Amino acid sequence: MPSRLDDPLTDALVGTRRFFTKAEVSADHRTLFQIGGRQSDVFYRDRWSHDKVVRSTHGVNCTGSCSWKVYVKDGIITWEAQQTDYPSVGPDRPEYEPRGCPRGAAFSWYTYSPTRVRYPYVRGVLLNMYREAKGRLKDPVAAWADITGDPEKARKYKSARGRGGLVRASWDEATEMIAAAHVHTIKAYGPDRLAGFSPIPAMSMVSHAAGARFYNLLGGAMLSFYDWYADLPVASPQMFGDQTDVPESGDWWDAGYLIMWGSNLPVTRTPDAHWMAEARYRGQKVIAVAPDYADNVKFADEWLAPAPGTDGALAMAMGHVVLKEFFVDRQTPHFADYVAKYTDLPFLVTLDDAGDGTYRPGKQLTAAQLPGALADTENAAFKTVLLDHDGMPVVPNGSLGFRYGETAGKWNLDLGDVRPRLSADGGSDAPVTVVLPRFDTPTGEAAEMRRGVPVRRIGDHLVTTVYDLMLAQYGVARPGLPGTWPTGYDDADEPYTPAWQETITGVPGQAAARIAREFATNAEETRGRSMIIMGAGTNHWFHSDTIYRSFLMLTTITGCQGVNGGGWGHYVGQEKVRPITGYSVLGTASDWSRPGRQMIQTAYWYLHTDQYRYDPFSAATLTASKAGGSFTGRSTADLIASSARMGWMPSVPHFNRNPLELADEAAAAGVPVGEHVVGKLKSGELRFACEDPDAPENFPRVLTIWRANLLGSSAKGNEYFLRHLLGTDHGVRATEAPAGARPTDLEWHEEAPTGKLDLLLTMDFRMTSTTIYSDIVLPAATWYEKHDLNTTDMHPFVHSFNPAIAPPWQTRTDWDTFLTIARAFSAMAASHLGTRMDVVAAPLLHDTPDEMANPYGRVADWKRGECEPIPGKTMPKLVPVERDYGAIADKMVSLGPLLDTLGATTKGVTFQVGKELDYLRQKNGVHAANGRPSIARDVDACEAILALSGTTNGHLATQGFRQLEALTGMKLADLSAEHEGKQITFADTQSRPTPVITSPEWSGSESGGRRYSPFVINVERLKPWHTLSGRQSFYLDHDWMAELGEWMPIYRPPLNMHALFGEPKVGDQGELGITVRYLTPHNKWSIHSEYQDNLFMLSLSRGGQNIWMSKEDAAKIGVHDNDWIEAVNRNGVVVARAIVSHRMPEGTVYMHHAQDRLIDVPRTETNGRRGGIHNSLTRLLIKPTHLIGGYAQLSFAFNYLGPTGNQRDEVTVIRRRNQEVEY
Amino acid sequence: MRVMAQMAMVMNLDKCIGCHTCSVTCKQAWTNRSGVEYVWFNNVETRPGQGYPRRYEDQEKWKGGWTLNRRGRLALKGGGRIKKLFSIFSNPKMPAIADYYEPWTYDYENLTNAPLQEHTPVARPKSLLTGEDMKISWSANWDDNLGGSPDHGDKDVLLKGIADKVKFEFEQTFMFYLPRICEHCLNPSCAASCPSGAIYKRAEDGIVLVDQDRCRGWRMCVSGCPYKKIYFNHRTGKAEKCTFCFPRIEVGIPTVCSETCVGRLRYIGLMLYDADRVLDAASTEDEHGLYEAQRDVFLDPSDPAVIAAAEQAGIPRDWIEAAQRSPVYALINRFKVALPLHPEYRTMPMVWYIPPLSPVVDVVRDTGYDAEDKGNLFAAIEALRIPIDYLAQLFTAGDPAPVDLVLRRLAAMRSYMRDINLGRDPDESIPAAVGLTGQEMYDMYRLLALAKYDERY
Repeated sequence: MPSRLDDPLTDALVGTRRFFTKAEVSADHRTLFQIGGRQSDVFYRDRWSHDKVVRSTHGVNCTGSCSWKVYVKDGIITWEAQQTDYPSVGPDRPEYEPRGCPRGAAFSWYTYSPTRVRYPYVRGVLLNMYREAKGRLKDPVAAWADITGDPEKARKYKSARGRGGLVRASWDEATEMIAAAHVHTIKAYGPDRLAGFSPIPAMSMVSHAAGARFYNLLGGAMLSFYDWYADLPVASPQMFGDQTDVPESGDWWDAGYLIMWGSNLPVTRTPDAHWMAEARYRGQKVIAVAPDYADNVKFADEWLAPAPGTDGALAMAMGHVVLKEFFVDRQTPHFADYVAKYTDLPFLVTLDDAGDGTYRPGKQLTAAQLPGALADTENAAFKTVLLDHDGMPVVPNGSLGFRYGETAGKWNLDLGDVRPRLSADGGSDAPVTVVLPRFDTPTGEAAEMRRGVPVRRIGDHLVTTVYDLMLAQYGVARPGLPGTWPTGYDDADEPYTPAWQETITGVPGQAAARIAREFATNAEETRGRSMIIMGAGTNHWFHSDTIYRSFLMLTTITGCQGVNGGGWGHYVGQEKVRPITGYSVLGTASDWSRPGRQMIQTAYWYLHTDQYRYDPFSAATLTASKAGGSFTGRSTADLIASSARMGWMPSVPHFNRNPLELADEAAAAGVPVGEHVVGKLKSGELRFACEDPDAPENFPRVLTIWRANLLGSSAKGNEYFLRHLLGTDHGVRATEAPAGARPTDLEWHEEAPTGKLDLLLTMDFRMTSTTIYSDIVLPAATWYEKHDLNTTDMHPFVHSFNPAIAPPWQTRTDWDTFLTIARAFSAMAASHLGTRMDVVAAPLLHDTPDEMANPYGRVADWKRGECEPIPGKTMPKLVPVERDYGAIADKMVSLGPLLDTLGATTKGVTFQVGKELDYLRQKNGVHAANGRPSIARDVDACEAILALSGTTNGHLATQGFRQLEALTGMKLADLSAEHEGKQITFADTQSRPTPVITSPEWSGSESGGRRYSPFVINVERLKPWHTLSGRQSFYLDHDWMAELGEWMPIYRPPLNMHALFGEPKVGDQGELGITVRYLTPHNKWSIHSEYQDNLFMLSLSRGGQNIWMSKEDAAKIGVHDNDWIEAVNRNGVVVARAIVSHRMPEGTVYMHHAQDRLIDVPRTETNGRRGGIHNSLTRLLIKPTHLIGGYAQLSFAFNYLGPTGNQRDEVTVIRRRNQEVEY
Repeated sequence: MRVMAQMAMVMNLDKCIGCHTCSVTCKQAWTNRSGVEYVWFNNVETRPGQGYPRRYEDQEKWKGGWTLNRRGRLALKGGGRIKKLFSIFSNPKMPAIADYYEPWTYDYENLTNAPLQEHTPVARPKSLLTGEDMKISWSANWDDNLGGSPDHGDKDVLLKGIADKVKFEFEQTFMFYLPRICEHCLNPSCAASCPSGAIYKRAEDGIVLVDQDRCRGWRMCVSGCPYKKIYFNHRTGKAEKCTFCFPRIEVGIPTVCSETCVGRLRYIGLMLYDADRVLDAASTEDEHGLYEAQRDVFLDPSDPAVIAAAEQAGIPRDWIEAAQRSPVYALINRFKVALPLHPEYRTMPMVWYIPPLSPVVDVVRDTGYDAEDKGNLFAAIEALRIPIDYLAQLFTAGDPAPVDLVLRRLAAMRSYMRDINLGRDPDESIPAAVGLTGQEMYDMYRLLALAKYDERY
């Protein structure tokens, strides 16, 4: 029987429909088919129609670097969609199209949204005061001085911050106030009391350079961001002598084994995640390590869920397994060759006699300590030593000592006939017992373990190898060695066995061992194609450097670094300004004056928001040494001051005097300013400002923020900012350190200052906490309204921003805004300031001979009488810089003459750019006032960046490689020769994403169209790493590393907030709620540190602040899904709604990153004020070893090394609150 | 044989990262206007979860789609047209706004305009329907990533009967994402439900559209569609739905949701089918037979007889060629890795899905078992976190066998390709074990893994 529809009556009825319509009705009458005449379609056709499509992207903190199509109709931006025109990466692999994510796709909402900043705003209280004072005093600078100098007036406008009352002002009036504030601050306190903050230049280089150039010309401080965000992996410079050079995501495809470790790719690397999903189809095995069932676990073959912050324990156990099975039980030839050639494992370490028959790891043996003539060679103390196969000590090429000085051509990894011995065994000396620290105690305090190593005697020194020490550290036993060793993988008492880690992480020991074995087996079989992708989940901890070192140990001993498809992939806040040289010239204004004032932002805020006052514990709490160690009795702030004094890390403001006045005094006295400053410091008449951060002369006075949301997002210790920096309402509940626990080198003011900052200025296109707390807000163009450049390390293309519409209302691009300010400033400054001499206290810099200032990493603090203060050696360099304040605007828009003589330097390679300047003269024209090449317009700035960088100008890349060839004696220039004649122009980036050129600015190679992987040049061309040994460094022998017991990879648990601050213990439950670990991972519904307010994102999520918690924790405090909850600790208060889910582990809550207080946040029960942000519950805690400088790879460079603004070790008490909320 | 052409889509759920880019680009392009604030032509659901609108799969309640009546004839589950004509003014089977969600905005202006006051300005949520303050208690995607599972995870309609296999416990957690658009069914129950005859299927490509001029706003289509992919525009009073981006398709570019899919998991292609066999197939008695029945309706575009009939039916030559190189055809009929969504609704849906692999469960992991090992290849399928029975509820009316075959093929592909990837000799017994040749498996790999733009669409 044929099938029929419904029943006969229906059939008859609908059967008639064919008579009433021109359309075709199907034979069974079910379906109506229509052809033509579809007037009713018109609505959708109209809706789709548009006038033009413009290429642009998003220049925020996101490193996706996705090229977008922006649709415009009738002069209105309608929507956006991803570009799909990336050049192919080959016929046998997936492509980069389409790149983008829902956050980016929702961006155009901001253009016309009600949160758009359309006009300049000033807080009414301040504007009235200013108008009154100016009317009275007839001078803007005098007016600003009058207001800020009057305590009552200052208190009044500062305490109004963040409480509404913004009123419209004209651009002219707003910029006049801004200029006056800058002029007055420079005059009264010094240019180093000005600071600018804007992160991640790679995402919109010109927008970033606009303000950075302005502040560097003024002598203001540019604040670092990478370390501040805690995204900077300190382990990278420690191990590689390089900062975050990682594979492009297309190289994930090449891996045979991939571990995603604390990196939730679908959320944080949305446009790249497909590479991981697709590579699985090629037989790649994928492991997810995450404490919760994260988005990426869905893709994994296996899921390991360690307790939060214990990842290091798991990695150490995996290292134990690999060392045992692939080095000791069986020697894997590939691994052994790799580590002998490319790591410091074979290098010799002296052992220090502890006097009780045991030894401690000491300094690396250098040529200077060898008997004979070698000791007298140049830089001998920076030439490390290994044993040849015959047991004789050898000084191989490639260590730091070969990089500088006379002996060009020997800075390479060519071992010649040398076959390094990994172990010191086989000698005639009896092995000795080494005492090593362990921190796996419940409180995290140091304990000891005793394990033996084979030794040799060389001259006066008893030495062993790094390899021998590593086996001891990891507890991999060999016959005949003294000490206590694990009995096997199932020995849970001895670090670092699989069973031991299970007691800490909860991951089954068998699984840990198996994954380690698989990882290494794959690496052996593929010659290094095993990869670990690591992210914020493992990098935002206080001890993240130790966690990362234990990861990097796995990727390095298995020969995966410098291999396509292998090695580390650190993808959090990472940035790669591929055209780095050109960008740096513009951003640091090094074409006009050098050096700039760069500041480590974490230390800056630790002191200037007075968070240091709330630290009740000594820095010695963290040490491995017994009582009497060098940190005893010293606070973290003391160590910051010490690091600053010794020239390790920068400190801004520099001194407790205006540097312009110091220069004047020196000139009057007829002595060089450096000499003058040293004399005053020695006599005690002059002090470092960081030794007295609460004295008014040392306050930061002006802070300008653009492209960022400090107070709604990145400010760890947000409430301390509100209290001390801004002087307004806050939620701080902590008490200050009691007498006896306070810094000893710093002046302690009984009453902590509030409202240190005179001017908070923000440029933005939307309202954030930062704009709401600002004194002046300038309306910014969005990313679809300007020209700019964008690159990333996720892909090898450079592409552009282009205006889909002109900046609407009174908005301006950042380039335009800073030129506007510079013009107003210069006009005012010409008479008020004129030309002055400034003195910059510059830290000892990485990739310069400065890094040989401290042989053996020995600490000598002149202030403590341990040495003489010598600029550039035992203290910062003191560099005089002339500042023609009337000419700032002219300098902003033209490329200065220092380029003609000094060129442009990146990582030790100096590019001569005369030809490029000629090109820019022709291309951009010249600036009338000084005849220099113009960069008056943003497109001119883009052209300058592209012309002045090797990655975008093949001529420069080749020039740089030729220089490196001379230094290393290795062949390199062929890497860029294929593109020597290629120069990428801005027009190229407008037409299509354009692949970059292999350049000595980076360590990987794109030559011949290969995927970028870092250190490929090091491995394939034997160019050394920028470390002490010239190899990848497992062993760090600096005094302060030794102080913390962190010579080698080690497990350190999360900080114990109960022991440090008296917070309740995780799991404690009382009247106020339950205590849980408080983590702030990246948010699926906002773009990293911005954009939580987007209506589309809010509609797709929960529409406001929320905290994820496990059902177990929720049940304990009676919380149901979407209930209002309150989270309280000593740092602040958060009120949010709960998301309860079984995918969360018990004992841990997530408040995703960047949940600003502006959207649906009621007042708290705890203090009656508006609830805080995710960072209201966190605060800054600085790890002393991040402050090391002046020693090989442990030397400062901007965003390369510095203390991290970590925030993961925190806990909070959480409870269900009254469900009737008030706003 | 009556050859017709149908534009169809396959989504590879195994690659879906749940990012919702498709939802946002679709919303921006089509429905960010008043009257359809709550409407997402494309949405993405976390499964297990309730979906959008909530529990739309509960046809016992909504009576969407078709059923076989006592005489074995296909009938609208919500009742025939006669019944509809009589009940046209009252429709209890319509989801209410609360089943979707109450759309809202915020008083953002307050952030800029707030006068000097005691507390930091805040933007409070306001209903887009009433303009009043509201507490947000549901959204377009409330249970994203298993949010709220202890309180309402058990409301997932698919758990009925297999609740013992899905435990909302940390150790047993699993999830995957299900992006959904209109199915552009071969046998659309929305069209059959419309008293005005306003819903039509385009003859040349099968795209189902609502004639905005003829729609009278009866909303029977909303009830009739079991996928709840027709929405009521409360401003115009008309029904609206996903148009398969026909203004783009007509000029040769993919739908917005496909082209912007950053997981690169969507394929669009032309399918030729025999229109005369649709009703028969949809009337297949055994629900487990519906998947195969629908596959049988599709015609082999390389078959000379089909080509001849297609030409006779006026299908242009380039369309026939498009059908031959259609990735959708390859995934559905050649590699048989794509499955229909809820075939038991009998609408013959034309957006198909490749089900997801998932991690092996801890109990297997703890024993030191290796999911990659060839010897364990098939055992691994049983050890996956996502219960096959759950997937079968979605794609095969509860029949686990076709799902099992797809997962085996995906796993086998990985095993087979690993040898090639590592430079070893490929093991031809692997594709043979899942009924494919090595070449077929490699072709499948290319389509799924490389997924080049011009091969996806």
